[in-house]
Amino acid sequence: MEDQFLTATKPTWCPGCGNFGNWMALKSALTRLKIPRENIVIVYGVGCHGNMRDFMNVYGVEGLHGRALPVAQGIKLANPNLTVIAVTGDGDCLGEGGNHFIHAAKRNPDITVLVHNNEVYGLTTGQASPTAQIGMVTKSTPTGVVDPPFTPSSLGIFTGATFVSRGFSGDIPYLSELIEKAILHKGFSVVDMLQPCVTFDKIHTYQWYRERVQKVNISEEKLDDRQQSIELASTFGEKIPIGVLYKRESPTSEDREFSLKNGALTATPVVDIATSTVLTQFQ
Amino acid sequence: MTNDITWAIGGEAGFGIMASGTILAKTCSRSGYSVIASNEYPSLIRGGHNFVSVRIASTVVYAPCQTIHILIALNKETIDVHKNNLSSNAYVVFDEKDYTWDAKEFSSPVTPIPIPFSKLIADLKGSELMRNTIAIGATMALLGKDMNVLTTVIKDQFQGKGESVIEENINIASSGYKYVKEHYKEKTEFTLEEGHIKEPQLVMNASEAVALGALAGGMKFAAIYPMTPINALIPLFADHAGELGIVYKQPEDEIAGINMAIGASLGGARSMVATSGGGFALMVEAVSMAGIMEVPVVIDLGMRPGPATGMPTWTEQGELQMVLRAGHGEFPRIILSPGDVSESFDLAKSAFSLAEQFQIPVFVLTDKYINETLWQIPKEMVKTAPVGAVLPTTDTLPFKRYAFNTDNGVSVRSVPGEKDHEYIANSYEHDEHGFTTEEASMRKAMVDKRMKKMEAIKNIVPAPHVYGEEGADVTFVAFGSLKGVLLDAIDVLKKDGIQAKLIHFSFVFPMIEDTVKKCIGTEKRLICVEQNASGQLASLIREETGIAIKEQWHKYDGRQWTTEEIVSKVKGTE
Repeated sequence: MEDQFLTATKPTWCPGCGNFGNWMALKSALTRLKIPRENIVIVYGVGCHGNMRDFMNVYGVEGLHGRALPVAQGIKLANPNLTVIAVTGDGDCLGEGGNHFIHAAKRNPDITVLVHNNEVYGLTTGQASPTAQIGMVTKSTPTGVVDPPFTPSSLGIFTGATFVSRGFSGDIPYLSELIEKAILHKGFSVVDMLQPCVTFDKIHTYQWYRERVQKVNISEEKLDDRQQSIELASTFGEKIPIGVLYKRESPTSEDREFSLKNGALTATPVVDIATSTVLTQFQ
Repeated sequence: MTNDITWAIGGEAGFGIMASGTILAKTCSRSGYSVIASNEYPSLIRGGHNFVSVRIASTVVYAPCQTIHILIALNKETIDVHKNNLSSNAYVVFDEKDYTWDAKEFSSPVTPIPIPFSKLIADLKGSELMRNTIAIGATMALLGKDMNVLTTVIKDQFQGKGESVIEENINIASSGYKYVKEHYKEKTEFTLEEGHIKEPQLVMNASEAVALGALAGGMKFAAIYPMTPINALIPLFADHAGELGIVYKQPEDEIAGINMAIGASLGGARSMVATSGGGFALMVEAVSMAGIMEVPVVIDLGMRPGPATGMPTWTEQGELQMVLRAGHGEFPRIILSPGDVSESFDLAKSAFSLAEQFQIPVFVLTDKYINETLWQIPKEMVKTAPVGAVLPTTDTLPFKRYAFNTDNGVSVRSVPGEKDHEYIANSYEHDEHGFTTEEASMRKAMVDKRMKKMEAIKNIVPAPHVYGEEGADVTFVAFGSLKGVLLDAIDVLKKDGIQAKLIHFSFVFPMIEDTVKKCIGTEKRLICVEQNASGQLASLIREETGIAIKEQWHKYDGRQWTTEEIVSKVKGTE
């Protein structure tokens, strides 16, 4: 089958980088979903993950470091008919963009967030990210990380995300399945994508993850059990649960906008203020 | 009979001081007078001294007057603070419960008008917080007016709060009116001549005018984090979002706000943010992103005294040089700075078409003074301009979003959803499709394309407005909100036999050397008047035209330049 997303640019990631698996998983999910290419918008953060912008033939926005989610929400509010995906990294989304992540989760826009999580800042040659485990030696932590890490999945559940999952870039079909479910879910959907950084992290290799990831299969009716989900999402060590960890239905940010009931802002005519009630307060 | 008086009311925050000013200004506006209501207040919600003055004139006036003819003191502090700003024979309205009259305290002879606010309120079983309403009713009597227009304003003001609230307010206002009629029927000092304005006016501040201008310019999306002095935009958008078919979003911070606005703009909705200097400092990186992505976005920046938190509820023009430079890297921009409410409406409206036409960030530079002063705008002016097709489309495939083959550097834009027009809006340097590049010739060509827009913009920049006659003894140069004060000063100086002129910049940047040189050249006395400490407009003029304005007047105590200050400085009598 022809890859409709290919561009003329060849990937520039390091050979073996987890980003390849994440990229393949995303493309195959989008292919299965048969969303018209012109209706997909991917907003990228700045980091190694963001280089994907040049390899994906869809509407793309490469914004500022940390700011993918506000841009994504702006696009979605202008035109809710679009499928909006934020491709971000652990540093981008939870370091520079942490405030935006928690507020986006709270609002529940119908956006899918793919957090490329490799515990390091790869593009700046390997400093510790907010998800780096205690003791991990990096360029910025020569004697090991001292501050405790975030787990993006549990943070998502705590702050209001209505779909939270965790996958592994070494298992592309399963990760792709999770991405597909995340896009189909109506609401703020987080996919925490565990991936090795083959250049700057010699601990968290494909092998390391393979020995630890365990698929969980929670029945649909138990997916909104917040306590259980937080427990699973926070588990990260000898055992790392992967799969759909949490899901509930809730009105989205766009559902709450009266002006979007008739479709996109781009599709409705401009109202003449002279004939509206807005001027009465000034008379 | 008189034709120009200033009424003022002072009291603690929470006493409805601001609302009283609005109601009186609307009442007088509906009666055909020119009105300007300005306020001063500390950064507090309750307590502290709040003060509103309303200038009411049967001739055209442009700025508040510092001499008070009728002072309503809802507490003793109001008298303490303002007793030296009273006109000869001014009326001082107060409650003997708050203040014991002492004529010696006043530098000029004034007339005490004691009114038992608290007792009148208690008789009507009203709240102490409604003493201001008694004051408004009393004012109508002191101005020699009846209650009819005030009654209709109260009805409109409290519409939606129920008949009983309207009735209560009218009764309370009437009791103040009757009290004056019964006790002070011989007082006619400030009976006003008839008003001169025939056409219906709207009364609003510049924030509200910017909001209406934005709507008139086709704005569909606004993300505004609350900040003084631009808060008035928020309820205007939020209350009417459904009816107007717009989305207003309160972001988690200003960084999110401008990134949301840029996102919405990329999605095809005309978008804006509004903030003050501190909030804008957070937005600066994204302004640069709008520059390289070539995304239209409008930024309303209401200046107030900095640095940092500074004096949040006072005024300054301290951010012109910041806005000129804001954003790393080089990219075109437009800076507009309205001088009154009509210009605020017009320029905000234009900002959206300019942003769209050139795919750039456009600034509307306002300040606390203009944003929180109430002025009039002819109702006829306030309507929506027909907004054409959101975007032109191109049939040339493959689509190149940043195509070089344009005369003015502006390439055709597409929005998501449009088939075969995919591209990358890229904050990295990019090629014609938006793909990342670091290649030298492409980089240079793309910078040239973006900067070429600046040349195209220069062709449409209007000359600065010149008010006054050739050969004037004094020529003022100013931008933004100083327009009103200087126009007023010109009128006052004329009466004293001094001819003055104003060169006013409301289209501030880009500044065109030739057109500025046509206005400024052979003045007898040229003075650049600014509301800042460093002479930011004078610096810009020198940078863009080489003209060095030697006489510069700077004010930076947070209080707007006044007509009186300008006049006495011209005469050398300050």
